[in-house]
Amino acid sequence: MDQRMKQEMKLKGIPASPGIAIGPVFLFRKHEPIILVRSIAADEVDQEIERLQNAVERSKKELTKVFEFAEQKLGTEQSKIFEAQLLILEDIVLFDEVYHRLKRERKNAEYLLRNEMEKYHQLMTASKDEYARERADDLLDVENRILRNLEEQKLVSKIDGSHIIISHNLAAADTLIFSRNDVLAYVTELGGATSHMALLARALKIPAVVGVHQLSLLVQTNDQIIVDGYSGNVVLHPSSETLSYYEKKNTEYHVFEEALAPLRDLPAETLDGHRIKLAANIELEEELEFIKLQGADGIGLYRTESLLLGKEVFPSEEEQYEVYHRIAESVFPKQAILRTFDIGGDKFMTQAMKENNPFLGWRGIRVMLDKPQIFLDQLRALLRASTLKNLAIMVPMVTSIKEVKLAKQLIAQAKDDLRAHKIPFDEKLRLGIMIEVPAAAVIADHLAREVSFLSIGTNDLIQYLLAVDRGNDIVSDLFQEFHPAVIRFLRRIIERGKQEHAWVGMCGQMAGNPLATILLVGLGLDEFSVVPNILPEIKKIIRSIHFTEAQHVAEHVLTLRSEDEIKAFLTNVMKNKFPDIPIG
Amino acid sequence: MIEHEVTIRNRAGLHTRPAAAIVKLAAKFKSEFFIEKDGFQINGKSIIGVMTLAAEQGSTLLVRFDGPDEIEAYQAIAALFESGFGEPL
Repeated sequence: MDQRMKQEMKLKGIPASPGIAIGPVFLFRKHEPIILVRSIAADEVDQEIERLQNAVERSKKELTKVFEFAEQKLGTEQSKIFEAQLLILEDIVLFDEVYHRLKRERKNAEYLLRNEMEKYHQLMTASKDEYARERADDLLDVENRILRNLEEQKLVSKIDGSHIIISHNLAAADTLIFSRNDVLAYVTELGGATSHMALLARALKIPAVVGVHQLSLLVQTNDQIIVDGYSGNVVLHPSSETLSYYEKKNTEYHVFEEALAPLRDLPAETLDGHRIKLAANIELEEELEFIKLQGADGIGLYRTESLLLGKEVFPSEEEQYEVYHRIAESVFPKQAILRTFDIGGDKFMTQAMKENNPFLGWRGIRVMLDKPQIFLDQLRALLRASTLKNLAIMVPMVTSIKEVKLAKQLIAQAKDDLRAHKIPFDEKLRLGIMIEVPAAAVIADHLAREVSFLSIGTNDLIQYLLAVDRGNDIVSDLFQEFHPAVIRFLRRIIERGKQEHAWVGMCGQMAGNPLATILLVGLGLDEFSVVPNILPEIKKIIRSIHFTEAQHVAEHVLTLRSEDEIKAFLTNVMKNKFPDIPIG
Repeated sequence: MIEHEVTIRNRAGLHTRPAAAIVKLAAKFKSEFFIEKDGFQINGKSIIGVMTLAAEQGSTLLVRFDGPDEIEAYQAIAALFESGFGEPL
């Protein structure tokens, strides 16, 4: 091995699931077969048929395992997709034709299988049907599975010892299957913090980092690496100093977390009595118990699109109602803010139409207003679940008053439906909107007059404001939470919102960044909604400062002219006040 | 031979899950089973064929059965379509 290759190397990704892992790499390469046409001699035909039959049998065995495991982990409904894949392996029409052509044309099984399946694939992708693309993906998955088995390559899912799984991309099925081993962390080259893999990793409490471009070219199986799921850093071939730094950091986190436990039942209140609402972001129902342990003041963001995980159709009103109701009951008497489906962008629903700029395309409230039936189903489910009077609805990706008014009309319609059927709901159910588009920030005062609260989604807001795609490695370092323009924007939203008597919260990643806490308190933010893991740390910071002091910090930050200056200043403030808090 | 029209009643249309339900049910009968839509015909016992049908809510399909248990097969499949595959209508 080249000595140069073994040198320490730091890479930056997007943190997807918190925790630090140190250990050997397991490099997982998804099979991508290249198929050549080959002629088969007449006396080899039977042998070729048998080879295909064996490959199909092995594929069935594999898929049966995936199906059973998915049923255990995700439930019957969400595992149906794998059942359909199994049926494809038993498709008489498809395989009769392949076998028939094999005898007649005497070509290799790989070529004929792909050739036959491609016909169906083309029919599906040519369709305008919304689900056609997903079906085509299912088909491709099955095809690749058979092709891999034809080459007699084993499905890699069993790993000896503890490993950090590194892959270009990880499908939900792969993430699940790997989790049966002792997985220390997941790292992928593709993906956002909201990908299926990220959601599952958080549910499984396994650290994960996504968006580490070209990582698989730089590492080999069994190379030692460090994965920091808090910051998104990945260190290859760490030096002994780096190793001990991260080991120390890991211990610090554990010690610090234990020290925070007594804060659990105390409010997030400054030394001079300024009360902040410190709530948790959750994606999965499984996190409900965890947020109580972490001492969250309710839920500031529940992403309802997590109900679509592994599904190919929207859940019915009844299915949704049951989940929303369980959440309301679980957090009662505390509040929960449920955000309506935020799909599009990089999230969940693939559309038949491919957009050039999905982040500037059909997403969030835009989709819901175009699909009023789906939206009404969800609104009725949310309203029905509101009888304990502790729920609020939040709408994502708002850019104009018109959208808010349309959403309100649909809410009124959903209420009328329920009244007509004498179904009870909270008449005063509050409505809020996400501020994540610069246009919404600019008209925050107008918007605030229409709703009860604003919640700032910093991830998208910063991305749109700075014209930087966080997932694009070439520019991702230009994604700056502490860019002066961002801070000015935040001040504007908070001031304008509060002037109009809406309370203003933040549910983006910045709310969970300890370096930003004092600044955000000082800017007057009413509510922080953060990932559960970080919650006690943020609470400790809030409980250790004076509100007046935070206001001074904010005022000073607003005079600084670059992210570097702002970060240096805030780091200094933190180091002086909290020498024991691990930052960055 | 029995030939009859059926209607897609569930909101999501004929997506993967209903396709799987149709094929699984059809496999229980000996009769041949074809589905026709807009002049395009597929074997109803082939999931990959059924998956290529783009059939939204409200669209009609022609189902055709031929064989010793064609009446029972038709009744079972028609009932499945009628129920909207057990999904929201």
